[in-house]
Amino acid sequence: MSVLAKHIFSHRHLLGIEGLSRPDIEALLDLADEAVEVSRQVEKKRAVLRGRTLINLFFEPSTRTQSSFELAGKRLGADVMNMSVATSSVTKGETLIDTAATLNAMRPDLIVVRHHHSGAVQLLSRKVSCSVINAGDGSHEHPTQALLDALTIRRNKGRIDGLTIAICGDVLHSRVARSNMILLTQMGARVRVVGPSTLLPAGIERMGVEVHRSMESGIRDADIVMMLRLQRERMDGAFVPSLKEFARFYGLDEEKLKWAKPDALVMHPGPINRGVEIESAVADGPRSLINEQVEMGVAVRMAVLEALAQNLPNS
Amino acid sequence: MSSSSPIALINARLLDPASGETRGGVLVENGKIVSVGADVTQANVGTRAKSVDCGGDVVSPGLIDMCAFIGEPGASHRETIATASRAAAAGGVTTIVATPNTNPPVDGAAVVDYLMRRARDTAKVRILPCAALTKGLAGSEIAEIGLLKDAGAVAFSNGPASVVSSQVMRRAMTYARDFGAVIIHRSEDPELARAGVMNEGEFASRLGLPGIPREAEAIMLDRDMRLVALTLAGDAGGAHYHAQMVTTTLSLDIIAKAKAAGLPVSCATSINHLTLNETDVGDYRTFLKLSPPLRTEEERLALVEALASGLIDVVVSDHNPHDVEAKRVPFSEAEYGAIVLETMLPAGLRLVQSGHVSLSRLIAAMTLRPAEILGLPQGRLQKGAPADLIRFDPDEPFVVDPAHLHSRSKNTPFDEARMEGVVKLTMVAGVIV
Repeated sequence: MSVLAKHIFSHRHLLGIEGLSRPDIEALLDLADEAVEVSRQVEKKRAVLRGRTLINLFFEPSTRTQSSFELAGKRLGADVMNMSVATSSVTKGETLIDTAATLNAMRPDLIVVRHHHSGAVQLLSRKVSCSVINAGDGSHEHPTQALLDALTIRRNKGRIDGLTIAICGDVLHSRVARSNMILLTQMGARVRVVGPSTLLPAGIERMGVEVHRSMESGIRDADIVMMLRLQRERMDGAFVPSLKEFARFYGLDEEKLKWAKPDALVMHPGPINRGVEIESAVADGPRSLINEQVEMGVAVRMAVLEALAQNLPNS
Repeated sequence: MSSSSPIALINARLLDPASGETRGGVLVENGKIVSVGADVTQANVGTRAKSVDCGGDVVSPGLIDMCAFIGEPGASHRETIATASRAAAAGGVTTIVATPNTNPPVDGAAVVDYLMRRARDTAKVRILPCAALTKGLAGSEIAEIGLLKDAGAVAFSNGPASVVSSQVMRRAMTYARDFGAVIIHRSEDPELARAGVMNEGEFASRLGLPGIPREAEAIMLDRDMRLVALTLAGDAGGAHYHAQMVTTTLSLDIIAKAKAAGLPVSCATSINHLTLNETDVGDYRTFLKLSPPLRTEEERLALVEALASGLIDVVVSDHNPHDVEAKRVPFSEAEYGAIVLETMLPAGLRLVQSGHVSLSRLIAAMTLRPAEILGLPQGRLQKGAPADLIRFDPDEPFVVDPAHLHSRSKNTPFDEARMEGVVKLTMVAGVIV
């Protein structure tokens, strides 16, 4: 509360990092720092969302994001309901609108949505009267992931401004990469994307980032090496010839990590494919922030829920 | 269509794309233009005809739309011949060339016959069937081009999809030559385009949507030009290849080269691609999800320039109605297409108002050129031509209200847009509709 008092976070929904100002982001990160402290105490319950209903609506399977939002909501005192909609039964979009209308009639205060199509969360947000949080839409955005990554970086490096951050792997299909590119450049970092050209989106060079096709040039002197998850179903000859070849040229191992700064830290949004985009020795090594990212995830989601709750009616 | 008593449209700005612009009037009798020019005045007409004072509005041939989906048979929940023709009449379109991708497709003489009967009974404007180039639009066997043509098909197309097999396309062209048939082909490499839902580039990448590269259109068009050179070069029998929709500078270059080589080819683009660009998709507006996708502003400007120069022969509506449920879904799942018949003329007039295209060039691309390509007598403001006419005020403003559009579907990309250009009268075969 004290943090938010300094900055008016005026958004009704969190649909993406696009549209957030630097002060918006900083306010959320400051609030999340407080939430980290709360989460480390024995008594983790707060009353910020007491009486509020939070619905987790996941059209795509997810373990960590869904449980992270569930914990965040519960720690703030909300009633949390999880709705996992099997992808197979939701092939027609009208179900999305219908589901939105049905849930809206139950008068939730906040809905967290993950959907396999870009723009689906935005569409849903137009059909409900509560606040909507994007927990990942297609290849578009995953704003809370970018915020938790930023929080993790800021807490470990003391700043984001001026850092060199390499985002590596399947940038093309990654909503994590998109949200991070927007957030980190907004916060003054020098952002590089690294990957084979078949996994880089068209026009990427006009999105404010440096583009590298080799790990050696891409992570050279980087402060942060952020690996992306490789979707295995995309890998059999469609975008890269094989997992083996991808691991050889783009998988992060201790040898490649030597190109980065000596104090470079390694991140991954999880779940990791050991031996594909990241070697176990690196993932489990002293420079890995992977588990800390999970902890920061809960804190950032608490911060987001609290910030949005301030703008709910009757608060 | 029945003939009626003589009508004179007087005090008009007469726009004949074949000869130019004059002041005067048009006298219409028995479905035909009997007199046109400065001497068609109230004084000269007297009581011979019912006269309509046009108050200086433009009178031009009615528009001929070479590409519109009209719902019948099989999709009357989206559009019917009756609703499409009402939308057309309101928009100044007096002839619709109906696409064959219906259910069943227009691949047999019986379906052509059905369409023509339905049109006779329910349409206010002329409906001309474009038949399937291949059986079932499947792209594997040539349709009965001769029988379909005899039944009344004015052209042959494979609907919104390309004939992928170069062998089938070559044979279709070779065979069409014997019948002097017009082939209207949509060029898109389906493999290259398959994953995409909008124009490939920075904007699609930002939206996290898979893109369709310009090359998907150009590669197939380039193939087609080579097949035209192989099969139709030097033909004097009227066979002709018309590119249904070109939307990129790559395609314009290919068409320019083919025309320079003297090949019997022409091309069209849609009014959407001339007046909208990819950024109009905004935050996933599914009414702007079109096929081919809206391109960049640079591409749009190149298309406008090509229209002005005549490299682009024809402007089509690519009218493609969809019910709300097909569009109220995530962008990737939404159907392609927009309703356009009623807004085609005012959208085109934006190009005139901005000074990029002359009024007579715009009207020619919507009247005379389609008529020439299809071998129709319409599209001219000349004595003896069919009295398919429109009167419009190119400067009168209005706001597009979907509730007042006549199409059965409401998926207009110009929802609540401010436009100029109001059609005040539409006449088909001498009858005001």
